[in-house]
Amino acid sequence: MRHIISILMENESGALSRVAGLFSARGYNIESLTVAPTQDPSLSRMTLVTRGSEEIIEQITKQLNKLIDVVKLIDLAESFHIERELMMVKIKATGEMRDEIRSMADIFRGKIIDVTPTTYIVEMTGPSEKLDAFIAAIDPDSVIEAVRSGPTGISRGEKGLHL
Amino acid sequence: MELSGAQILVQSLIDEGVEYIFGYPGGAVLHLYDALFQQDEIKHILVRHEQGATHAADGYARATGKPGVVLVTSGPGATNAVTGIATAYLDSIPMVIISGQVSLPVIGSDAFQEVDMIGITRPCVKHNYLVKDVTKLAETIKKAFYVATTGRPGPVVVDVPKDITAPHIKVPYKYPKKVTIRSYNPVVTGHKGQIKKAVDLLLSAQKPIIYSGGGVILGEASKELTEFTNKLGYPITNTLMGLGAFPGTDKQFIGMLGMHGTYEANMAMHESDVIIAIGARFDDRVTGKLDLFCPYAKIIHIDIDPASISKTVKVDIPIVGDIKPVLEQMLELIKESNKKPDKKALELWWSQIGQWRAVNCLEYDRESPLIKPQYVIEQLYEVTKGDAYVTSDVGQHQMWAAQYYPFDKPRRWINSGGLGTMGFGMPAAIGVKLAFPDADVACVTGEASIQMCIQELSTAFQYKTPIKIINLNNRYMGMVRQWQEFSYESRYSHSYMDTIPEFVKLAEAYGHVGMRIEKPEEVRPALEAAFAMKDRTVFLDIMTDRTENVYPMIEAGKGHHDMKLRVAIGTSTDRELA
Ligand SMILES: Cc1cc2nc3c(=O)[nH]c(=O)nc-3n(C[C@H](O)[C@H](O)[C@H](O)COP(=O)(O)OP(=O)(O)OC[C@H]3O[C@@H](n4cnc5c(N)ncnc54)[C@H](O)[C@@H]3O)c2cc1C
Ligand SMILES: Cc1ncc(C[n+]2csc(CCOP(=O)(O)OP(=O)(O)O)c2C)c(N)n1
Ligand SMILES: [Mg+2]
Repeated sequence: MRHIISILMENESGALSRVAGLFSARGYNIESLTVAPTQDPSLSRMTLVTRGSEEIIEQITKQLNKLIDVVKLIDLAESFHIERELMMVKIKATGEMRDEIRSMADIFRGKIIDVTPTTYIVEMTGPSEKLDAFIAAIDPDSVIEAVRSGPTGISRGEKGLHL
Repeated sequence: MELSGAQILVQSLIDEGVEYIFGYPGGAVLHLYDALFQQDEIKHILVRHEQGATHAADGYARATGKPGVVLVTSGPGATNAVTGIATAYLDSIPMVIISGQVSLPVIGSDAFQEVDMIGITRPCVKHNYLVKDVTKLAETIKKAFYVATTGRPGPVVVDVPKDITAPHIKVPYKYPKKVTIRSYNPVVTGHKGQIKKAVDLLLSAQKPIIYSGGGVILGEASKELTEFTNKLGYPITNTLMGLGAFPGTDKQFIGMLGMHGTYEANMAMHESDVIIAIGARFDDRVTGKLDLFCPYAKIIHIDIDPASISKTVKVDIPIVGDIKPVLEQMLELIKESNKKPDKKALELWWSQIGQWRAVNCLEYDRESPLIKPQYVIEQLYEVTKGDAYVTSDVGQHQMWAAQYYPFDKPRRWINSGGLGTMGFGMPAAIGVKLAFPDADVACVTGEASIQMCIQELSTAFQYKTPIKIINLNNRYMGMVRQWQEFSYESRYSHSYMDTIPEFVKLAEAYGHVGMRIEKPEEVRPALEAAFAMKDRTVFLDIMTDRTENVYPMIEAGKGHHDMKLRVAIGTSTDRELA
């Protein structure tokens, strides 16, 4: 099953490689990983998407918790949560395609954030499936490049991941 | 007080109570060595290879329970230490390894003797630190010791760039009395509800067994384990790492379990209905084939590391906590409980175990004209009155030492179990002897293993650490040969050496006493003579039966109930070896 593990850790150089190293050393897979400092600059927050049986996910969370730099973590899949991913797509846009892409971006609640005579850059956030759907909806030949942040997530309700 | 980084590091170690540093100098640590030269509180032991430093520090740590300290230079010094760091990591031994590093501004530029020590050691340390600010040095050292020695112990590397130790940069020094790390809070006490459940299950068992491991020794809980076991009257087995945690000569002890464990221990595991695992991690050498592991048992597991629990074998009642307080709580509950162990069931269980014991799985040919390695260990036991520190290398000799030298005390049996590092034994013995100069220290080794760190004979001479090296010389990598005999139709691919050095001369060249022993009747007198030479290191090169195998054995893919036993006494010497 797919799990989103949200990790609060010390904002130290090397912390990221400890997490990544753990996954490769123990043969766990990482589908995506995002990380950035939090409002408390001494901490960073990482969101990691992985897949595995219950036993493997249990080992993954235990092993992550064992890392000295990891302060706390939760498996978002265990509770109600919201998941978002950011995507920017550079699309060839000439002639009548310019309107078509604009309206498609509107339908998906995307924004055009850069315009040249021949291209658009569309910015879009949402669950990963929505981003997939947008890409599927436009002509694949017109996509020059797409960058995706990988999902991040947050649990709903009053509980939160903090010190 | 204003000190340079080098002085801070040395003073921190002094303030930490460090007695010995095992090390080897080089460019990146010259400032540190200069600071060491100017003090006389810490003794520095100059090894002959950095691997030796790590094993010696490790042996010191295993024998004393105190962290072992290592100092190496950057680059090759650091990489040479890696095997020893991994050895300590897999057996959860507390160590602090200080490695020199190139100066901060040149890190990453492929500078002379630069390697990414943090990166290289990341998978085999509990934690590591790169020191980037001299004002944080003392605190980092404190943290390193704190992390290494608490929770599940392990090695911690502190990588110190040369400019951090520069003599002209002085900063105020204060060694913290205590540190806290917000992201590191090892659990100590166990969950009350779980402990209660465990006690209930234990007291209702019909065929219980206690399976304890290295965690009992690491957690200094031998006394509690012994009381707990005696109180319950249950049989107990130990892992290779747990030997000595419970007295090996006690009648409740049914021997080691696992691949080369006793028949009775493995059969009892297989047939048991309740197992309590205490500080043991269900290693593959212990469980045999997982699908066949203990099919009838409910399992209780006490471990300080949640990741050890249900890693390979799913357990029924996990208890995360430090063994000592957890066992104390359990004992308390057992004493209070109106439930008592089922006497009748226990009698039956012990009589069943008695039958398994009667198989006498450790019997060997005592009439052989050749020296049997098992006989040497038994004689070693008698000559040292069962009270020596015994280190070992890796191979058949290691298993024989474990099987035929019953340890009654913790920290007496010192070997590399998890990584199985050949070369460990002799430097480890030096570390032990430094810690306990008056104790008998023996290193049981093989002619292949001993050559992996043989250079440390020179260290043993320099620091006058009179150890006794018991070289069970079978002219084979016996353990490898045994597997080849059993599984590869005796194709002995590269498991022997065409030339083996004359160990007697080699020992003498290093300044020690060498003895070559070829007949069974020479063994006892030689051992007595060796241990009588209180101030000399003695190398006993003992020519043993080269066809001997370690029995009993669980072969790959088999379960505990399916052990390979010695076929018939007296046949092994008739066997021809190619
Ligand atoms: C050639 C060879 C053959 C071998 N054959 C065998 C064999 O036949 N039988 C055998 O048993 N082994 C054998 N081994 C050793 C084996 O590889 C493992 O090293 C060993 O079984 C592990 O022992 P352990 O389970 O006691 O764990 P250890 O490695 O000692 O781990 C200790 C456990 O206790 C926990 N712990 C530590 N401190 C505490 C505390 N204070 N409180 C609570 N928990 C704590 C740790 O988290 C860990 O889970 C062999 C090794 C070699 C090299
Ligand atoms: C550094 C290292 N290399 C290889 C091995 C694999 N290995 C395990 S036992 C063994 C043979 C040991 O031979 P010896 O020291 O003579 O002991 P014996 O088995 O003959 O008693 C080898 C090569 C190992 N454990 N460690
Ligand atoms: Mg040999």
